[in-house]
Amino acid sequence: MALPPDYLEYPLRRYGMDQDRYAWRPAGAREPLAWADGRRVAAMIVVPIEFHMLNPTGKPFKSPGAMVTPYPDLRHFTTRDYGLRVGAFRLLDALKARGLKATFPVNAVLLDRVRPLVDAILADGHEIAAYGWDTDHIHWSGMEVADERAVVARVRAAFDAAGLKPRTWMSPARQQSFATLDLIAEAGFDICLDWEQDTVPVAIRTDSGAMTAVPLSNELDDRTLLSDRRQDERVWAAQIGEAVACLKDEGERCGGQVLGFTLTPYVAGQPFRMWAVREILAGLADDASVWAGTAAEIVDAAA
Amino acid sequence: MHAEPNLYDYWPYRDRPKVVWPGGKKLAFWIAPNIEFYEFNPPKNPLRPGWPRPAPDVVGYSQRDWGNRVGHWRLMELMDKYGMRGSISLSTALIDHHPEIIEACVARNWEFFSHGIYNTRYSYEMDEAQERAMIEDSIRTIQAATGQRIRGYLAPALTHTERTFELLGEYDFWYSCDLFQDDQPQPLKTRQGKVVSMPYSLEVNDVITYGALAMDPWRYADILKRHFDQLLEEGATSGTVMCIPLHAYLVGQSHRIRPFEAALKHIADHADDVWIATAAEIAGHYREAHWDGTLGDIRRRGLERPGFGFAAEEEA
Repeated sequence: MALPPDYLEYPLRRYGMDQDRYAWRPAGAREPLAWADGRRVAAMIVVPIEFHMLNPTGKPFKSPGAMVTPYPDLRHFTTRDYGLRVGAFRLLDALKARGLKATFPVNAVLLDRVRPLVDAILADGHEIAAYGWDTDHIHWSGMEVADERAVVARVRAAFDAAGLKPRTWMSPARQQSFATLDLIAEAGFDICLDWEQDTVPVAIRTDSGAMTAVPLSNELDDRTLLSDRRQDERVWAAQIGEAVACLKDEGERCGGQVLGFTLTPYVAGQPFRMWAVREILAGLADDASVWAGTAAEIVDAAA
Repeated sequence: MHAEPNLYDYWPYRDRPKVVWPGGKKLAFWIAPNIEFYEFNPPKNPLRPGWPRPAPDVVGYSQRDWGNRVGHWRLMELMDKYGMRGSISLSTALIDHHPEIIEACVARNWEFFSHGIYNTRYSYEMDEAQERAMIEDSIRTIQAATGQRIRGYLAPALTHTERTFELLGEYDFWYSCDLFQDDQPQPLKTRQGKVVSMPYSLEVNDVITYGALAMDPWRYADILKRHFDQLLEEGATSGTVMCIPLHAYLVGQSHRIRPFEAALKHIADHADDVWIATAAEIAGHYREAHWDGTLGDIRRRGLERPGFGFAAEEEA
């Protein structure tokens, strides 16, 4: 038994990246960003608005937050739905109390269903981003490009019908195919929240024009930390505080950076967690070296 | 299979008509001790085994028996101390196995509701006649043992069929604890009856907190207090409901019961603002005072969707 000979051939073994979406650039080589008023940290608060249906296919993998028990898994359906009905409004109140702006990626299928929530998000001046069709329409390399293009078009059309023109795209489960960047650029999106290869916005090449990736921290994902890893709220809030302190500390040398993190309505919006949300938001609002921007505001400020 | 249950309409938490609990209270608080019987050697359900390990799962089985022999009595004493009555989520067959527990609860004027026959007999794959038989057995058996006509339901081990809620309406249940989408009650969309979706938070259920969320006893007390504080504050805008679902085989453990007491004391210390009630009392009040107002508000906001639970809109 042996592997085929080409297994030991390395056609992309070269200086820099093994793909051509963006160039290699070590942190020390980047031009420091200067945020307005000498601020050091741009906080990008992301509130994902997700539809977790009773009957997902789970293909090519189960979305984080998908149903668990046999059909009808009302337990997990209604626990997720809590976020759309109750938790999201708690988060909106907490953001407003501190005058902070956030980015709300919304599954297209929810635009009609939770229109009062969409209106409340808009009324408070937050940014709405497209978040694919729903949590079960995952973009991945097993899709035909034509099929993926049709999904992106359907998402764009749903936002058009809702009177919304989002610039920012986040993929369901933050999963892409090799073509996703080209297809979303083609559909008029120029900001993407799936990639997190730097602590500053990064230009990404597409076949259809400019795209900027704004980093969103997978390691600070609230669903992962609080639900999957069972960390307590004190530790969760402390980690966000620690990240801010680190980025501030580096500011003199490295310039302005971005800290993107999620507040998932059905997780962070639980009554017993709201004290920690308020503490995190107060920490950001009270810190003169931090500003909270939406994805589009951060991209524009970095341009 | 449906993507959505269509058991209730989307109804945003903000700007709802104000709910006020009796006595002008802001938060309705109830405790749901689950008094369950798990069979030693349950029959197989095609969709879920009776125990995580092959039967006999002696640790799992005997720990639950400990809950009935020891833990439940401990919990009962603690609730007596704070003047809190339980609304019991009952494995109906426990009436036959352990009548002493039932008598002790009846003597305390606690409420009983159905949690199926055994927590090892699931609703999955039941046909309509079987699900009806289970519900009718619950109503009949609990009435005979306690004199109470049960008004509440929590499906055994949270296992449902598409028809469960319609049956609850038909059998004149007042509330279901099966759905976790809100901190306020809401009417369920059944063709018959007037069934309220009663908040019964899984997030603060001791099975989830000690188990899946790996909380220590002190942290559980802490999150219960914080959960309560947040819902009490919001209850000034419109009355909220907080339920603590409990299992004596977990919370009643000697390393947990005293830390847990701190949470009950915290809640009892706010008695001026809190209606300490049973689930049937909360549902009864809601059905009389707030049912119509909720439906009217949903309609006014254009959020009413046609159809009933699990019935597609075009079939309505």
